[in-house]
Amino acid sequence: MTAPLDPTAPAVVAAPSGLPAGTIQGRSLGQIAWMRLKRDKVAMGGAVVVVLLILIAIFAPVLVGWFGHPPNEFHQEMIDPSTMTPKGGTGISGDFLFGVEPLNGRDIFSRVLYGARISLLIAFFATLLSVVIGTVMGVVAGFFGGWVDTLISRAMDAFLAFPLLVFSLALIGVLAQFETSLAVKGDTLRILLLIFVIGFFNWPYIGRIIRGQTLSLREREFVDAARSLGARGPYILFREILPNLIAPVLIYATLLIPTNVLFEAALSFLGVGIPAPTATWGGMLSDAVKYYTVPHFMFFPGMAIFITVLAFNLFGDGLRDALDPKSSR
Amino acid sequence: MTFLELKDLRIHFPSDDGLVKSVDGLSFRLERGKTLGIVGESGSGKSVTSLGILGLHKGGRAKISGEIWLDGEELVSASAEHVRTLRGKKMAMIFQDPLSAMHPFYTVGAQIMEAYRIHHDVSKKVARKHAIEMLDRVGIPQPDRRVDSHPHEFSGGMRQRAMIAMALSCDPELLIADEPTTALDVTVQAQILDLMRDLQRDFNAALIIITHDLGVVAELSDDILVMYAGKAIEYGTAEDIFERPEHPYTWGLLGSMPRLDRERTERLLPIKGSPPSLINVPSGCAFHPRCVYADRTGGRSTSDVPELLESEGGHLVRCHLSRDVRRAVWENEIKPNLEAS
Repeated sequence: MTAPLDPTAPAVVAAPSGLPAGTIQGRSLGQIAWMRLKRDKVAMGGAVVVVLLILIAIFAPVLVGWFGHPPNEFHQEMIDPSTMTPKGGTGISGDFLFGVEPLNGRDIFSRVLYGARISLLIAFFATLLSVVIGTVMGVVAGFFGGWVDTLISRAMDAFLAFPLLVFSLALIGVLAQFETSLAVKGDTLRILLLIFVIGFFNWPYIGRIIRGQTLSLREREFVDAARSLGARGPYILFREILPNLIAPVLIYATLLIPTNVLFEAALSFLGVGIPAPTATWGGMLSDAVKYYTVPHFMFFPGMAIFITVLAFNLFGDGLRDALDPKSSR
Repeated sequence: MTFLELKDLRIHFPSDDGLVKSVDGLSFRLERGKTLGIVGESGSGKSVTSLGILGLHKGGRAKISGEIWLDGEELVSASAEHVRTLRGKKMAMIFQDPLSAMHPFYTVGAQIMEAYRIHHDVSKKVARKHAIEMLDRVGIPQPDRRVDSHPHEFSGGMRQRAMIAMALSCDPELLIADEPTTALDVTVQAQILDLMRDLQRDFNAALIIITHDLGVVAELSDDILVMYAGKAIEYGTAEDIFERPEHPYTWGLLGSMPRLDRERTERLLPIKGSPPSLINVPSGCAFHPRCVYADRTGGRSTSDVPELLESEGGHLVRCHLSRDVRRAVWENEIKPNLEAS
């Protein structure tokens, strides 16, 4: 409550502080988030590893050319014919940095590097697919509400209730039967299939988050303010609501990538991923199970998965803290 | 022709618990260049009314009936798209909290430019020039630099000035200010109220000020409408309401308002009880459970809904007490208490 105000009080305009122009720079929210992220050492460490992994995946052929051997080249001379295991236990040397596989002596170093390509390729595009479907569905459900919302929300429930792993095993198995009649074949077909299966069934997670965010954004006062000035629906959707969704989309995309890396590894491990002889981390782990006496065979692809997932998760957590400081702690 | 006229406006929201009658039969008129203050507690229907005039409930769950005439056009029956074209250009709104009413991602200038470009097909350059002029007009120093600032870089008062600039960017003839100074501190409130009065004079706009703060309406309003439970319970000129109030609820509001001309040792007199549920509005006069004078109506306050009747010269009151009783109570019991010190 206010006392009746003195109408003679002059309207004092806050004087400019007198600082020379340019001394204090205004910062946009993006710049502020970037500053917070840069201060977060753990997240930046994660980011560096992520960037390194991406570079390694892109330049795998070059790196293998320098430090290794072609990933599918057999090196029987490295194998002890009596036990079929690498000579000297692991075969690790300056020539074979991570040693060689039992049985056929393939270079583990170059297979791990090539495995990164498959893993990251599938994880990125599957995530992209989930994010695109999830964001569109979530925004449509949240913004339009009513029966549209009911329909999409029930669809999400149905998708989440799906026994995804079993379904993926069946679907990929069945579709592979028709390989000869399809336009794409071999590894390309399998990669596309994995991207589709992993991406298509994960969208409800991000869809739910985006729907909730849209619902609460729709009721925010700046949306009312824009409407009170005569803004049209599309303007409100694209200019007022979508920019506010960039942060959650980025965060959940970063956190979804490691999940998808694991899922792809799991599918490859179960034998429905990319077929041999193409190198994948999951496939290598699957092969390594048979050779528990040569632990380094399991160690390197396992570490690759571990480091990738950890780096993405640390970076994702840091990104969330930077973009939405209220969300944690 | 009256510029703005509401006739028996009703805005009801169906809910799981029943029908919420947020606005229940509201009528008033407002001319260009005049200011109407709408006062009432939280939930009395003030804000719902203002959003209803702007047509922002259209397409939602609200059930709207009655008539809203704006400059010869009826808005309740008009299409949502037509009402949209009127928003911004013909009528605009100033919100309570400019920090939440401005988009955090865009610069203040960009938002004013967008508001202008919704209704004017001009280049960004022209719109930017207009935005700078508007910022200058509302008293923001160095508008050519401030135009590129984000809302969070402004102080509360500057933000409200920018919000006003945004609302005025298309030169609306009706301006609705919903609690325009509530989020500001007291010294800044006075500046913003002065600014609004000056701008209203310059633009010759009709202004509706919605507030729970009688100090604010005392400052600006020509006429005052007191709302309770979705209905008008007293309507009159500012002089009527402050010098000759006739409704017990208005007396309560005046008694609960701190005044500079009263002793500070005196206690404020709150209105007992809390605002009624809008689903189960009390029978008869909605105010009767909280009314000290209900027993003087001979039982009618619990059974009959009082009519909004003219007391004298356009001063309307919705009360079962007879005019003579009301005046006697005001003169003998209320006024001496308010003025005593």
